[in-house]
Amino acid sequence: MNKLPSALRPNRITSTRRRLALAAVAVAVLSLLVTSTASADFFTPESGGSPNADKIDTLYKLILGVAVVVFVGVEGALFYCLWKFKAKKGAVAAQIHGNTRLEIGWTVGAAVILVVLAGFTFAALPGIRNPSNSGPAGFSSANGVLTAGVTKRLPPNGKSLNIEINGQQYVWRFTYPDATPNTTLDNPFSYEELVVPVDTAVTLDIRAQDVAHSWWIPKLGGKFDAIPGYTNHTWFKIPAKLAGQTFRGQCAELCGRNHANMIAQVHAVTAQQFQKFIADQKAATTAGDKAAGIARKAFEKTLSTDQSSATP
Amino acid sequence: MATPEMTLPTTQQQQTVAAVPQIKAHSVVRESTGWTSWVTTTDHKKIGIMYLVLTFVFFLLGGVEALMIRLQLAQADNTLLTPQTYNELFTMHGTTMIFLFVVPIMAGFGNYFVPLMIGARDMAFPKLNALSFWMLAAGGVVFYGSIFFAPPECGWTCYSPLSSSQYLPSGGVDAWIFLIHLTGISSLVGAINFYATIVNMRAPGMGWGRLPLFCWTILTYAVLLILALPVIAGAVTLLLTDRHFGTHFYDASSGGSPLLWQHLFWFFGHPEVYIMILPGFGIISEILPVFARKPIFGYKAIAAATVVIAFLGLLVWAHHMFATPSPTIVLVFFMMSSFLIAVPTGVKMFNWIATLWRGTIEFTTPLLFSAGFLFTFLIGGITGIFLAVFPVDWQLTDTYFVVAHLHYVLVGGAVLAIFAGIYYWFPKITGRMLGETLGKASFWTILIGFHTTFLIQHAIGLDGMPRRVYEYPNVGHLELYNLISTVGSFILALGVGMTVVNVMLSLKKGAIAGPDPWKANTLEWFTTSPPPVNNFDTVPRIRSVEPMKDIRRQVARQAEPAFVATPTESEGLAGAPVH
Repeated sequence: MNKLPSALRPNRITSTRRRLALAAVAVAVLSLLVTSTASADFFTPESGGSPNADKIDTLYKLILGVAVVVFVGVEGALFYCLWKFKAKKGAVAAQIHGNTRLEIGWTVGAAVILVVLAGFTFAALPGIRNPSNSGPAGFSSANGVLTAGVTKRLPPNGKSLNIEINGQQYVWRFTYPDATPNTTLDNPFSYEELVVPVDTAVTLDIRAQDVAHSWWIPKLGGKFDAIPGYTNHTWFKIPAKLAGQTFRGQCAELCGRNHANMIAQVHAVTAQQFQKFIADQKAATTAGDKAAGIARKAFEKTLSTDQSSATP
Repeated sequence: MATPEMTLPTTQQQQTVAAVPQIKAHSVVRESTGWTSWVTTTDHKKIGIMYLVLTFVFFLLGGVEALMIRLQLAQADNTLLTPQTYNELFTMHGTTMIFLFVVPIMAGFGNYFVPLMIGARDMAFPKLNALSFWMLAAGGVVFYGSIFFAPPECGWTCYSPLSSSQYLPSGGVDAWIFLIHLTGISSLVGAINFYATIVNMRAPGMGWGRLPLFCWTILTYAVLLILALPVIAGAVTLLLTDRHFGTHFYDASSGGSPLLWQHLFWFFGHPEVYIMILPGFGIISEILPVFARKPIFGYKAIAAATVVIAFLGLLVWAHHMFATPSPTIVLVFFMMSSFLIAVPTGVKMFNWIATLWRGTIEFTTPLLFSAGFLFTFLIGGITGIFLAVFPVDWQLTDTYFVVAHLHYVLVGGAVLAIFAGIYYWFPKITGRMLGETLGKASFWTILIGFHTTFLIQHAIGLDGMPRRVYEYPNVGHLELYNLISTVGSFILALGVGMTVVNVMLSLKKGAIAGPDPWKANTLEWFTTSPPPVNNFDTVPRIRSVEPMKDIRRQVARQAEPAFVATPTESEGLAGAPVH
C-alpha cells in the first residue's frame, strides 16, 4: 500500500481492490513504456503521405478525444460504484427501480455525442473522398488532360494521373496512362511497385481478376476493395518534399494461402523522373514486344516445318 | 375433495377441472440414469446440460486453435505453421467460436433456465428441443470431420470468389456449408421453441412487464435467429450450387456478383453479432441486481433497449463493407444506423451502472465477471464507434484493430457474460457451489490475460498489420506487440483452465448449494437444486419482476424457514396447476 503514490491510495484498501489497483497501475506503466519506444502512430492510424490519409488521421483523433472522455466518464462511474457501494455491515441497498428523467437524459446525451461525431465526419468527408488538384511540382502531360473519366471523382480542375490497379493472386499490376487513351494494351505497366510523381493528384481504378483483394497503403489513405466485376476508386497526392520515399502496404482482404505475401509499394519520384520512368518502361515494352515478335515468327516457322514434315 | 379420475395427471383432465385451482398429487417417477437417458431425453434441463457441455468442448477446441494462431504470430517471419494450416486454423477458430460455441451456448442457458424462470415444466416442444441439440451436434461433427481431409481455408466469412470451387476445390468449404445448414436448422427449430415457450407458458401473473430480462433477451435472440438464419441458409445454398451444379450467382465473369455474397452474408452476419451478445446482456441484467441487492435500474428501458438493438441490428450490415465499391449514400446510411445502435447499447450500460449505484455490492465470482464485462464491453463499444465512421474504417477495417474490437465485444462481452452465467447458475444445475477462491483467481487471470492479448492488437492494426496473415515482417515494433499478445493469450487460456478445474472439483466436492444460495430474484431459485424432472410441483402467482423477493418476504412474514412452498397455507403461494 505504501508503494502506491498517495494520489492513487484509496481510503480502505481490501485485498481485491488492492490487486485491482496494482493491475491498473501495471497496465498503465506497461502501456507508457511501450508507447515511449513506439512509433508516433501507436494510438492513431498511419498518415503523412497524402492529404486524405492526414484528414482521416485528424478525424480519428477527434473521435479519440470524444472516446477518451466517454471512456473515463463511464469507467469512472463504474469503478466509483464498485468501490463506494461494496457491501458493508449495516448498509442497506436503496430500493430504486429507475428514474425516467435521468434515463431520458442519458439517452439524449448519447444521441447528442453521436450527432457531434457525425458532424465531424461530414465536415471531413469531402477532403477525404474528393481528390485535390495537382500542385506546381506535379506531373502534367502535353495536352494537360491526364484522364477522361466521367464516373469517378476527379480533382476540381478535372486533371489527374489515372492508374489502373489490378489485383491477382498474389501480386498487384499497375497500368500507367500513355498518349493514346483508347488503347491500354500497349501502355507501360509494372508489378508490385507503383511509381508515381509527387505533388500530383493520382487517381486509382482498382480491379481484381481472380478473387477479392484490397488495396491499402496505410500512409496514403484507406483501403479499397478490389472485387472481380467491379471497379473501385480512390486517390492520393504525395507532397513534393517526399520525393524518393517508398510507401509500403499489402493486400488487406484474404485472397488465399499467400495473402500475407501480396505486398504493395508506392515509390514517389519527381515529375522528371516519372517521365523518364514511363519512357523507359515504354521502350522496354516495345523492345520486349519486338523480341517476342521475332521469337514468335521463329517458333511459327518451326511449327510449319514440323507440320510439313509431319504431313504424309 | 379429489375424485379418483381427477388425480390422473393428464393435461386434459386438469383442464376440465382447472376452474378450481388445486394441487395434484404426483407419483414420483425415478429419474432414469445412464447414457441412454441422455440420448433419448426430451427434458429441457438434460438437453440444456448437453448443450452447455458440448459447446464448452467446442470452446476449448476453438481456444486451442487460437493458441496455435498466436504461437505462429509470436515471432516475425515465423515458419511454425504453413500458410495453408494457418488459414485453416483461423477459419476453424472463427467458425467454431461463433457457430459452435457462443450462439449455441446461449441456447444452452436458455434451454435450462427459460422454462425455470417463467415457471414452466418444459419447453413448448420437447421433442423439437432434442432435435435442435442433435442437429447442433451433427453440425459440429461434419465440420470437424473435415480435419481428416481438408478443412476450409476461406475464413469464417467464406467470401466469394475465394470460396468458389475454382479457388478452393477441396471439400472443406462444403463441410462448412453443411455446418451452416445443420446448425442453422438447429437454431431455427430452437428459436421457434423459445418463442412458443416464452409467449405461451409463463406463470400466472407474469405479464410482459414481469418477464425476467434474461427471457426478454432470449425472446429477442429467437426472433433475430428466425429473421436472419433463412438468409444465410439461402446464401450458402447458392454457394453450394455455384460450386457443384454449374450456377454462377457469385461469379462476376458470368454475370453473377461477389458482392451479393457479402450482402447476404452480412445481412445474417450482423444480426448474428446481436444474437451472440444479447443473451449475454440478459445474464448481466440478472446477476447485477442480485449481488447489488437492488432492483434492476430501469427494467422497462433495458427490455425496450433489447428490442431496439435487435431492430437496428437488422439495418447495419453493410458497415462490414465500407471498403467495397459502394455509393457514398450507402456508406452514410450504414454509418448513421450503426451510430444509432450505440444509443440503446449506451442506455443499457448506464442502467447497469445505475443498478450498482447505492447498492450493497457483494463481490462474488458472478459479480466479478459481470463487472469485468461492463469494463471490457465498454471498450469494445467505443472502438465500434471508430469503425462506424466509414472514412476511419477505411484505415481500420481488415486489420488487427478489427480483430481487437470483435474480441472485445465477443470475448470481453459474450464470453465474460457466459462465465458469469456459469458461476451464477452452476449451483442450480448441479446442486453444488463452484469454488469462490479458484473462481476469483480464474476471473483475474482471464481479465488480465484478455486485455494483454487484445489491447495491444489495436496498436498492431494501427501500425498497418492486416488480419489473416500467416506471417509479418518485423517493422517498427510489430514483433514485440505480437509477442505481448501471444503471452496474453496463454494467460487467458490459463484462466479458462482454472474454471475447468474448478468445475471438475466442484462437481464432486463443492459446497451443497440448497435451492437459493444467492438469495436471487427469479423463479428458477424457487425449486430445488438441481430441479426435479417436473421443475415445480406448483407455481406461485407472479406479482413483480422479482418473484423470489416477494416469496422470501412472505415467508419471513410467516416465520417459515423453508423455501419449499406448501401452497395451501396462503393465497399468495397458492398456484394454479401448470399445464
